[in-house]
Amino acid sequence: MSDAPPESRHETRRVAPDDAFFWAAAADGRLVIQRCADCKTLRHPPAPMCGACGSLEWDTQESSGRGRIVSWISSLHPNRPDDEPRIVILVQLEEGTRFVSNLVDPPHGGPYDDLPVVVEFRDDRGANTPFFRTAGVDTQSLEVDA
Amino acid sequence: MTNTIVAGIGATEFSKQSGRSEMRLAAEASRAAILDAGLSPGDIDGMVTFTVDGNDEQELMRNLGAGPVTWWSRTPGGGTGACAAMQQAVAAVESGVANAVLVYRAFNERSGYRYGQPHAAGGPPPLDWYRNFGVDTPAKMYALWFRRYMHAFGATNEDFGRYTVSARRYAATNPKAWFHDRPITLDDHQASRWIVEPVLRLYDCCQESDGGVALVVTRADRTTDVDAPVAIRAVADARHPDASITANYYYDDLARYPEAAQCAQLLFDRSGLTPADIDVAEIYENFSPLVFLVLEAYGFCGPGEAAGFIADGNLDIDGALPTNTHGGLLGEAYIHGINSIQEGVRQVRGTAVNQGADVEHCLVSSLNSGLVLGRV
Repeated sequence: MSDAPPESRHETRRVAPDDAFFWAAAADGRLVIQRCADCKTLRHPPAPMCGACGSLEWDTQESSGRGRIVSWISSLHPNRPDDEPRIVILVQLEEGTRFVSNLVDPPHGGPYDDLPVVVEFRDDRGANTPFFRTAGVDTQSLEVDA
Repeated sequence: MTNTIVAGIGATEFSKQSGRSEMRLAAEASRAAILDAGLSPGDIDGMVTFTVDGNDEQELMRNLGAGPVTWWSRTPGGGTGACAAMQQAVAAVESGVANAVLVYRAFNERSGYRYGQPHAAGGPPPLDWYRNFGVDTPAKMYALWFRRYMHAFGATNEDFGRYTVSARRYAATNPKAWFHDRPITLDDHQASRWIVEPVLRLYDCCQESDGGVALVVTRADRTTDVDAPVAIRAVADARHPDASITANYYYDDLARYPEAAQCAQLLFDRSGLTPADIDVAEIYENFSPLVFLVLEAYGFCGPGEAAGFIADGNLDIDGALPTNTHGGLLGEAYIHGINSIQEGVRQVRGTAVNQGADVEHCLVSSLNSGLVLGRV
C-alpha cells in the first residue's frame, strides 16, 4: 500500500453500466430519475431491479431540477483530492428522490439547511454534471420530510 | 436468550506502527482468544469476520492450525457488521453446524495504509454517486448524515465534544488505550481542527489503528470447559432496503436511526430485557455524533435528548449508563468495533480496568448490529 493519497477528484470518471442512462441525459443538460416501468416507483442511485416490485423494466422521469437541501457539509481536505472546499449537499428533489451534489456559488458561508435549490449543469472532468445553486421563491413551499 | 457464550477473548496491543503483518496480528489475537477460552486451535470449526478485512480466512486457519473448519461467514458493511459477525457465530453454534467459532479482525490501518484518507477509485459502482461530489472519506460520508441531526435538534459540535471528553477520560485510565494517560478538556476539543465543518473536529473522529482482536463463541453447555464464560443474551442485525453504501441518506427522517432502533427492538424482544436493565454500554463510534443517534435509537433517552443526557454525566462510571468504558474507538483504538465487544466481555467478567458496578448486562452496539452480554 502506498502512503500517497488517491486522487479521488482528479481521476478519470467511471460510468458503471447501470448509471450510463443518467450521464447520457446529463450530457444533454437533463436531470432524469430512474422509474420502474411497472409500478412507477422512482429510485436513485440507479439500480437494475426495482426494490418495490422486482421489475427489471424501467424508464426515466425528467426532474424539475428543483429541491431542498436536507443536509450539507463543507468538504475540505489537506491533500489533493479536495484542495478547494466544496459544499456537499444532500438534495431532496421535488419528485421525492434524494441526490448528493455540490452547492455552486454559495450565497453565504452557511448554514444551508433547508435552502431551496435548483439544478445547474457544469462540466466536471469532461462530463456535464448536475450541481445545484440556491433558488428563489418557487420552491419555498416545498415539503421536506427529513 | 441464546444458548451460546463468549468463551475467550484475545488481542494484540493497539498502536500506530505494529511492525508486523496483518496476518500475524490476526494469528496472535486469535490464538490468544482460543487459549483464553481454554480451548485448542483444533477445537475451532467455524471462522467469521466482516467485510473490509484483508486477511484470508483459510490462510489464518493454516496459521492457527485450526479446524477442520466447517463454517465460514463474512458480514457486509465493515464496522456495521461487528456484532453481525457475532450473530453468524451464534447462529452457527445454535444450528449445530459449528461447535466453536472464531470471530476475528486485524489490520494495519495506520502504518499499512490510511483508512481515514480519501478512498481509492474503484469499489462498488454506487460509491461514485458520492465520491464524484467530494464524499470520499468515512468522515465526510457520516458527517453528511449527522448534519441533519444537528439541524433538527440544535445539537452543536460542542455537544459532541462532551462525549469525546468522556471517552478520553476512560481511555486515560486504560493502559491498553492509545490515548492512555492523555485526557482532554472541552476546550481542547473545541481547539482541535475541523475535519468536516460544521460537524466533525479532529477529536470527534476515531483513530486509525494497527491491531487485532478475536473472540471465541461456543455452546453454553461448554461453560465448564472455559475459565470465564459470558452469556450472549441476544444478538441482532437490522438493515433496511433503502440502505446505501455510505451512511444512509435515504431514511425518511435523517435525524433518527431507524435501523439501530429496529436492532434495539430485536435485542430487547429476544432477551426480555429493557433499556433499564442495561448496566454498561459499549457503543461503536467511528465519530462522536453516532453515540447520540444510538442512545436515542435504543431509548436510553428521547429524540434530541442525548446532548443533555451526556452533559448530565450519565455516561460516567458512576452514571446511569457507563458507556465506552475502554475509551471507545476514539480513545482506545479503532479495531472496527470488535474491541468494544471485548470490553463488554470484560465488563461482565468484572475484569475491566474501568469496571462498572455490579454489571449484569452489557449492551454492545455496532451501528446496525448489536448484542447483549450477561452473566452465565
